[in-house]
Amino acid sequence: MNHSIVAPDSDSSLLFNRMGDAAMELATARWRSGGEGVGAKALVAHAKIREAPLASEADNPNRRDFLTVAATSWAAVGAAATLWPLVQQMNPDASTQALASIEVDLAPVKEGQAITVMWRGKPIFIRNRTKSEIDAAAKTPIGDLKDGKARNGNLPETAAATDQNRVNKDHANWLVLVGICTHLGCIPKGQALADAKGDFGGWFCPCHGSHYDTSGRIRKGPAPENFPVPPFQFVTDSKIRIG
Amino acid sequence: MAQHEDTYKPGSRLEQWLDERLPLTRMMHGQFVDFPTPRNLNYLWTFGGILTFCLVIQIVTGIVLAMHYVPSDKLAFDSIEHIRRDVNYGWLIRSVHAVGASMFFVAVYVHMARGLYYGSYKAPREVLWILGVIIYLLMMATGFLGYTLPWGQMSFWGVTVITNLFSSLDSIIPGLGTKIVTWLWGGYSVSGVTLNRFFSLHYLLPFVIVGVVALHVWALHVVGQNNPTGIDIKTKSDSVPMAPYAVMKDMFALFAFMLVFGWFVFYAPDYLGHADNYIEANPLVTPPHIVPEWYYLPFYAILRAVPSKLGGVALMFGSILVLLFLPWLDTSRVRSARYRPIFKWLLVLFFFSFLALGYLGSKPAEGVYVMWAQIFTTYYFLFFLVLMPIVGVLETPSPMPRSITESVLGEKAASSAMAAKH
Repeated sequence: MNHSIVAPDSDSSLLFNRMGDAAMELATARWRSGGEGVGAKALVAHAKIREAPLASEADNPNRRDFLTVAATSWAAVGAAATLWPLVQQMNPDASTQALASIEVDLAPVKEGQAITVMWRGKPIFIRNRTKSEIDAAAKTPIGDLKDGKARNGNLPETAAATDQNRVNKDHANWLVLVGICTHLGCIPKGQALADAKGDFGGWFCPCHGSHYDTSGRIRKGPAPENFPVPPFQFVTDSKIRIG
Repeated sequence: MAQHEDTYKPGSRLEQWLDERLPLTRMMHGQFVDFPTPRNLNYLWTFGGILTFCLVIQIVTGIVLAMHYVPSDKLAFDSIEHIRRDVNYGWLIRSVHAVGASMFFVAVYVHMARGLYYGSYKAPREVLWILGVIIYLLMMATGFLGYTLPWGQMSFWGVTVITNLFSSLDSIIPGLGTKIVTWLWGGYSVSGVTLNRFFSLHYLLPFVIVGVVALHVWALHVVGQNNPTGIDIKTKSDSVPMAPYAVMKDMFALFAFMLVFGWFVFYAPDYLGHADNYIEANPLVTPPHIVPEWYYLPFYAILRAVPSKLGGVALMFGSILVLLFLPWLDTSRVRSARYRPIFKWLLVLFFFSFLALGYLGSKPAEGVYVMWAQIFTTYYFLFFLVLMPIVGVLETPSPMPRSITESVLGEKAASSAMAAKH
């Protein structure tokens, strides 16, 4: 850049500002003229520099600011893109997700009995309910429930927690639940015949004292939600597929 | 305070050669030999050194244990027994590591209580204190991760309960908490995948602690040590050089500490653990009564004192995070509780509440235990958020000595019997 075009000035910061503007003007001039005829344009630029008011950084961000912001933003995008695989690798892997569905034969489970199977590393409670257990669950008014949602993976999220919304409607005796206390993840008692089943005849969590009823709904204690019902369907009358 | 006379003289040609290129020995000499320490420090000031010792012990024994331990859900439990029975001196190394974790927390609680009592968190030591709280948080994380590794019933269910704390975020943004928990587990339940990553992080965090400890010591050496009077060093007679005075005292206290440490290692290596952790992890059977390691019990009691799941989690984390704000919550201009007649007793009551919460955390969460946990939890927060700011303004401090030297010599004159012993 030709220094002679800059007006002599005692204030060096002023000088730098003017040099910056001069550079801009020159660049613009070159661009407009398609890279030729710098001499004539430079003279125009020279004249402009003398009268140009000093621009503050704030009201006239110059090209260097733009480059700084652009480069920093792009670096942030790069950093995020690098971080993404490092975060994602911690989510369930393909082999874990491959175990997503199982089939269970219900034929050996007599009325009043319950079995526990593993699905996605979680215990699934399957109970063949007695008539009196179904009646007790069906008679409970919705208003008495701590959690009014059905939490049934086979129904919309808004479904109410009636007993018929907790089971398959053609097989109301079969109750299928994810058997994990919704408080802090303990496995409640109530599967074996001799187990404590809590105040409502369903399940009882010994960790912090949550009571579930014969529809697997939370009735008493610190747990906030009903046992979730996993997505499942009847393959035959005595066989279900979970997941 | 950081400025003091440099008495370092390179002893050999080699030291001189090095000193001109990297004055490392000069720095060590200035910071750990010449460094002025208040002449009135009591034995509570020896726990910084003891904690450094604990950290080194944990890292050395941990690295060695990792040579024999297998972080897999099938083999972890057996590999611990293999270490105890088959590996040469494995029984000793494992016991030192397991007992060492408890001893580390004993020391850190004494160290923190000392800081609270003598106002070591107050200006100009705010950054020093905050770094200390960060170290404590890292220690808790490391201890928690390490306790999962034996893959016993308490390991497994401890992880399940503690990681499930994050699911309480579901009540703010539905689904968020569950997403986080699945991400932490690497599956839909605690599994071998979880164990493997916890092992990796358990190996990493102690080195992060080393880094923050370096900053903690640096900050300490910029502002200088506090002391029982809370008065700054003003004249040369207020201090003594770190070596040999403070170093020898630290060594003596360390040996006393090692006696207790050794007693547990050789006579009661499992006393501080839980018997259920000698049953291999079983995802289908929850132990009837899940308790964390003893050093988390006060916070576990706070968690369970609140009937709401999210509220309990928030208060539990809040009870630790509130410590970060102590330098600004305490409005008193006097540092040491020794000269604060009202605050001193409120603080003693706070220490009592903390111990009581520890006891309650080990009991089942029902009936009268919950009520008491609620009372002590209330006092915990009342003390920091209400009493501390108010008492600092209202209280009239008792008369203070004009200098550290006067506090020491005055005490001597007051009791000729004590003077004779000195």
